[in-house]
Amino acid sequence: MKVVVDQSRCVGAGQCVLVAPEVFDQRDEDGIVVLLQENPPAELHAQAKEAAQLCPALAIEVDG
Amino acid sequence: MPEARPVEQFPMARGRCPFDPPPELDRRLRDEPVSRVRIWDGSEPWLFTRYEDVRALLADPRVSADPDRAGYPPQTPGIKARRSRFKSFIGMDEPEHAAQRRLLTGDFMVKKIQAMRPRIQQIADELLDEMLAGPKPADLVQAFALPVPSLVICELLGVPYDDRDFFHRCSKVLVSREATAEESLAAAGELQGYLGRLVEKKIDDPADDVFSRLATGPVATGAMTVEEAAAMGQLLLVAGHETTANMIALGTVALLENPDQLAAVRDGDDALLANAVEELLRYLTIVHSGRRRVALEDLEIGGQTIREGEGLVAATDVANRDETQFPEPDKLDVTRKARHHVAFGYGVHQCLGQPLARVELQVVYRTLYRRIPTLRLATPADELKFKHDMVVYGVHELPVTW
Repeated sequence: MKVVVDQSRCVGAGQCVLVAPEVFDQRDEDGIVVLLQENPPAELHAQAKEAAQLCPALAIEVDG
Repeated sequence: MPEARPVEQFPMARGRCPFDPPPELDRRLRDEPVSRVRIWDGSEPWLFTRYEDVRALLADPRVSADPDRAGYPPQTPGIKARRSRFKSFIGMDEPEHAAQRRLLTGDFMVKKIQAMRPRIQQIADELLDEMLAGPKPADLVQAFALPVPSLVICELLGVPYDDRDFFHRCSKVLVSREATAEESLAAAGELQGYLGRLVEKKIDDPADDVFSRLATGPVATGAMTVEEAAAMGQLLLVAGHETTANMIALGTVALLENPDQLAAVRDGDDALLANAVEELLRYLTIVHSGRRRVALEDLEIGGQTIREGEGLVAATDVANRDETQFPEPDKLDVTRKARHHVAFGYGVHQCLGQPLARVELQVVYRTLYRRIPTLRLATPADELKFKHDMVVYGVHELPVTW
C-alpha cells in the first residue's frame, strides 16, 4: 500500500490522526497533516483506508 | 394532469420523536432525494438528503459558502446580516478560507486537545460536586451542560469566564431562528466590540491562549486586523458554547430514554465510549438547519442538474439517517460504526473544533453517568422544551433528579 497526503489541501480536522495514529500525525506549529509511514504494514491498511474516506478535504490518497 | 404541489417551507416541523428529523425530510430521502424547498426569504434552493449527495456537495470546490454571493440561501435573516457584516472563515472560499483557518488549526489539533483532558475532567467533577450539593431537582443545562464547554472555551480562547452572562445572552440571540436582522446585528455588534477590546488588551499583556496568539501574531504583523480577529472570535466563542452544551443535554435525554445504551456508555471501555460519542453525534445531528451553499457554475449532483447561482441546502440531519450508510438508522446503537457521520459537516468547512467536542463529550458522558447512576428526568421527556426555535437543536432546560 502507498499513502500520499496533500498538505496544501489539509484543513486540520484531525480525523486521520484519530483513526490511524501510526500512519498520520499533525505538525506541531499548525496542525497540518504529516505522513509517518508512506508504506504502512498490512495491519494498518484498514485504518489508512478509513482515514482517506473520512478526510473532509480529500487530502489523503491510498493506493492498493 | 396532476396539480403542481406548492414548494414546502424549510426547515420543516419535527414529528412525534424529538430525536428524529422531520418526517417530511425522511420522506424526501426515500422518494425525492433532491428537491426544491422554500426558505424564509422566498427563494427556492435545492435540498439534498442522501448521504452520498450531501458529502459530494459539501466537498465540491464548485460551490461557495460566501453569504454575499447572489443565490446563497441564508439560514435566518440574522445569520445573513451578521455573516456579511462580520466576516470569518465559515463564510469564505479558498484560498482566503484556508489562510484564516490555518491560524487556528494548531490550537485545535488532536494532540493539544488531548492534553486538555485532565483539566476538562476537573471542570466536570467540580461542577458535579456543586450540583450534587445543591437542591433537587436541578436544571442540568445551567448546572452542567452549559458551564463545562463555556469554561473550557473561555480558558482556551482567553476570554474571562466572569463575563459569561454577557456573552451567553449574545450567543442566544445569534443562534435564534426567530431573531430579526436588527436584533442579531445588535448582539453581534456588542460581542464584536467586547472581543475587539480583548484582543487589543492581549497585544500588550499576552497570556497562553488563542486570542493572545492572534494578537501577538497576525494582528501584530498586520496580516490581520483587530476587527477580523474579533469576528473570528465570535465564531469560536458561539460555536464553542452552543454545540457541545446542546449535545451534553440532548445526549443525556436520549440516553435516559434508552437505558440499555446508557448502561453501555457508563460501563464500557474507552473505545466504546469514543464510539458512543460518534453515534450520539450522528443520531442527534444538532446542527439541524442544513448546511448552506451556492453553485459557482453549472454542475450535477445526485443526478440533478444545478445552475450557476442556485442555492443549495445539505440536510446533514437526515443524511445521517440514510440506511445505505447506517443500517436501522433510527435506532440509537452506541456499538455501531458511526464515525463517518456528517454531523460536523464535510468538505473544507468541516468543524474546526471537532477534536475538542469529542474529548469534552467523552469526559462528560462518562463522568455524569458514573458519578450519578440514579440520574433521571424530573419532567416527562415529552414535556421538555426542545429547541425548535434555534439553529442548533437541544433542550432549553433539563430538570433532573437522582
